[in-house]
Amino acid sequence: MFYQTDVMRYLTAVIFSLIIPTTIFSQTTISGKVKDNKGKPLAGASITIKDSYDGASADSAGNFKFTSSETGEHLLTVTNIGYNSFEQKITLNGTAIVINASLKEKLDELKAVTVTAGSFAAGDNKRAATVLTSLDIATVGGGNADITAAVKTLPGAQQVGDQDGLFVRGGAGYETKQYIDGTVVNNPFFTSIPDISTRGRFSPFLFKGTVFSTGGYSALYGQALSSALILESIDLPEQSAANASISPILVGAGFQQLDKNKKSSWGVNYSYVNLVAYFNIVSQTPDYFKMPEFHNGDANFRIKTKSGGMIKYYTTFSKSKLGLRRPDIDSMAIKNAFGIDNLNWYNNLSWRENLGRGWKMNLGLSYSTNSDDLTQELQDQNNNPQKFPDQPWLAYKNFVIDARQELSQVKAVFDKKMFGISTVRFGGEYWYNVDRSKFNDTMRKISDNYQALFAETDIYLTNDLAAKIGGRFERSSIINKTNIAPRVSLAYKVGQGAQVSAAYGMFYQKPENSQLYYSTNLGYTKATHYIINYQKMTNDRIFRIEAYYKKYEDLIKTIPRNYYYFDYNNSGSGHAQGFELFWRDKKSIKNFDYWISYSYLDTKRDYLNFPGQLQPNFAANHTASLVMKRFIMDIKTGFNFTYTYATGRPYYFFQYNGTGNKYTIGDQGTTKDFHNLGFSMNYVPSVGKTNAKTFWVLVASVTNVLGYNPVYGYNYSYNGANKQPIVPPAKRFFFIGAFFSWGVDRTQDAINNNL
Amino acid sequence: MKKILTVIALTAAVMVHAQDDKFTGAMKKNLAQFDSVKTTQDYTNLANNFERIGDAEKTQWLPYYYAGLALTTAAWSDQSLDKDKNAEKVKALCDKAEAIEKNAEILTIRNMAATQQMMVDPQNRWQTYGMEAGSALQKGMQIDPNNPRLYYLQGMSIFNTPEQFGGGKDKAKPIFEKAVALFKAAQPKPLYPNWGQKQAEDMLAKCQ
Repeated sequence: MFYQTDVMRYLTAVIFSLIIPTTIFSQTTISGKVKDNKGKPLAGASITIKDSYDGASADSAGNFKFTSSETGEHLLTVTNIGYNSFEQKITLNGTAIVINASLKEKLDELKAVTVTAGSFAAGDNKRAATVLTSLDIATVGGGNADITAAVKTLPGAQQVGDQDGLFVRGGAGYETKQYIDGTVVNNPFFTSIPDISTRGRFSPFLFKGTVFSTGGYSALYGQALSSALILESIDLPEQSAANASISPILVGAGFQQLDKNKKSSWGVNYSYVNLVAYFNIVSQTPDYFKMPEFHNGDANFRIKTKSGGMIKYYTTFSKSKLGLRRPDIDSMAIKNAFGIDNLNWYNNLSWRENLGRGWKMNLGLSYSTNSDDLTQELQDQNNNPQKFPDQPWLAYKNFVIDARQELSQVKAVFDKKMFGISTVRFGGEYWYNVDRSKFNDTMRKISDNYQALFAETDIYLTNDLAAKIGGRFERSSIINKTNIAPRVSLAYKVGQGAQVSAAYGMFYQKPENSQLYYSTNLGYTKATHYIINYQKMTNDRIFRIEAYYKKYEDLIKTIPRNYYYFDYNNSGSGHAQGFELFWRDKKSIKNFDYWISYSYLDTKRDYLNFPGQLQPNFAANHTASLVMKRFIMDIKTGFNFTYTYATGRPYYFFQYNGTGNKYTIGDQGTTKDFHNLGFSMNYVPSVGKTNAKTFWVLVASVTNVLGYNPVYGYNYSYNGANKQPIVPPAKRFFFIGAFFSWGVDRTQDAINNNL
Repeated sequence: MKKILTVIALTAAVMVHAQDDKFTGAMKKNLAQFDSVKTTQDYTNLANNFERIGDAEKTQWLPYYYAGLALTTAAWSDQSLDKDKNAEKVKALCDKAEAIEKNAEILTIRNMAATQQMMVDPQNRWQTYGMEAGSALQKGMQIDPNNPRLYYLQGMSIFNTPEQFGGGKDKAKPIFEKAVALFKAAQPKPLYPNWGQKQAEDMLAKCQ
């Protein structure tokens, strides 16, 4: 009995201790308001007395009110997703408590604004600047899966068809540089042929991200006066696969092996291109005495490291030759035979690593060598060589050039996160290049040690305001000069998906090697960019408008000394200004995707042999593109059209009249407007077959569907008396080919793009 | 000695029981609200209530599960809701639940959150969020091959995929049939998830 009472008493005490607080003390009312740091109410924020069930949620005005039966000291927390939580100590004793909580937005890399001024990104990541996917690049109608052709449909780029390269905002082709995994590519295009533009060496499928920067780019990139094309290579493939391609002009095969543990992969590819059959069917204006022939091989390995880093190696080797004969501009009786043998070997090794404690590292090594054997010979109507020792304007057209370039590079970039998502980035790079050129019997050789140090910081003041401030220090041994290039850009979010950004920067570029052969007593050419941009982006639509001003200084000028000799100096200058529009819409018409680009360009420069400030022959005032894509599921076929338009470009004939150190304009004019309608279709029979072992695509494409006759400019005879339009070697280019892949199911790619 | 031990045991039992009652009571009260809530704000409040219970209890995954369920349920009907932000919250709740116990029910919530994110922009998000949704179902089926909700959700995914891509009602039908059969055989424990049977039956009817 006694024993039981004891237990009872104890239990009573226990039970009372549990119940008493709620019964004896009155409840405490807690009320208040939850706002963000801008004073906006945060509906749905959760208010909690820590470690109890008591709490409430803020209503649409941010107000809350609840009662708690807890007593004593407690911690009150206010949480809301995307915000830092708010905590306050409170004492619950029956007295009403009022809390005004202000929550600060968490900084978040995905939500934070990114600078879009001057930058068009393509790729699969969700950056604000992403306007195209890799597959978009490959399926631009008439673009034949050439990265440059796709980039030319974006604002800022000119429709130049007679020279290689990207001509951006009044800049010449060599003022745009391409970078793969951080390091510059020396010969991104197949060797150029006079008056014919060639395609890029790299397939768009090699890259997961492409950034086309039309100006104001980061301090990480140098030696590009006007534009940077920044390519980021793919990581591990999803699955092992074999592939093959076949077309009247091309055969190719390859293999990609993914390790069982999915930590590493390797692959090899080979392709052979021969245009003999094609040229027999589609007649070409030039007479090809050596049919274009290309052997291309590439190999890669990729290794995922323990801490989530990546080591990637890519190498590509190409050997090509071609020879073509055209009537000579100086004499109807003779022909000009041009031949080229090219060897190119490119290597890129990169290592990306997380070093821990917020540190990241990017190392890049690259080596490339390119050799061109060029011959040009004047021939009579029976293709026999002709020599004209007494006519120097003809004699110089007989030549043999043996040119070889080598570039070795190392680049290191370190990246440290600090204060939330703000980042400091710094590093250096070193390039060593050697160029040898043997012109007939004259051997020239130059080499340059180029070093650069760079640093930049991404500062996020809030998710809505970001700044990138950086600088670059460069030194080139061959000209023995240094420079410091500051770069600044800002982005500010002005609404849902809308932002304004601005960029400023100074950009330097060494004179071209062809100029340095003659004189190393030259300085850097210089450009200053000012850009302002507005972008509004929703899931299916993008609108951009951008205006810019660029000032060119210290451009290289050719100073004639007499009819045959000239010097170079840095007395050139120029400017470019304009605005550009971009609109992409995947929503308004079902299953139809299109984008429109428009560029207005006002530019003049005094460089090379220009007698004064002139609009250069590669610059059109108005350029526009309309790219349309439609995939029709019932027939499993995609149709892609690209229409490009540009107003006429100026052309000039400059001549030296024997006096002074200036050329004069012998003739000038403006070409007619340029139009091109490109078309391609791709039949993808395995779309929808989720377990298809073979994935294949049949691609057919044609450029210049409407048969417009473009004129890119004019060539003049030495005395200016004869003038010939520069036209493409054939009106249209046709392509048909089938691409097979076994093992990997790429149907998903097709679905992604066309659902 | 025996006396003291008995006292401690009894006390502990009473306290646990009291605590249990408090938990069960709070859970039941909030679960009942699922029938009456309508607006996103209501669902948010409900989710916050559940999360509060979970945070206080520390060893119960169910409150986090129901908080996630409330938020995903809101997202199905509210077109204007920011699905990414909502899914971020839902996945954070799933993380908390899985820190206590990994199970198939939590994976159904993960599937729904990822599916909702995918549906914002299917053509661009299929590969990321579509994969994430699919792998949540696969993982769930490995843990519990007889969970009817997993099959219901799988059926929904197939039902909503265009026929050309291997979806459609003919392909979804056997999955819904399996889901309904599993629902009929299921014997949910008190407080444990038991939603989905009616939805699965309705969907099966649509496939006929």
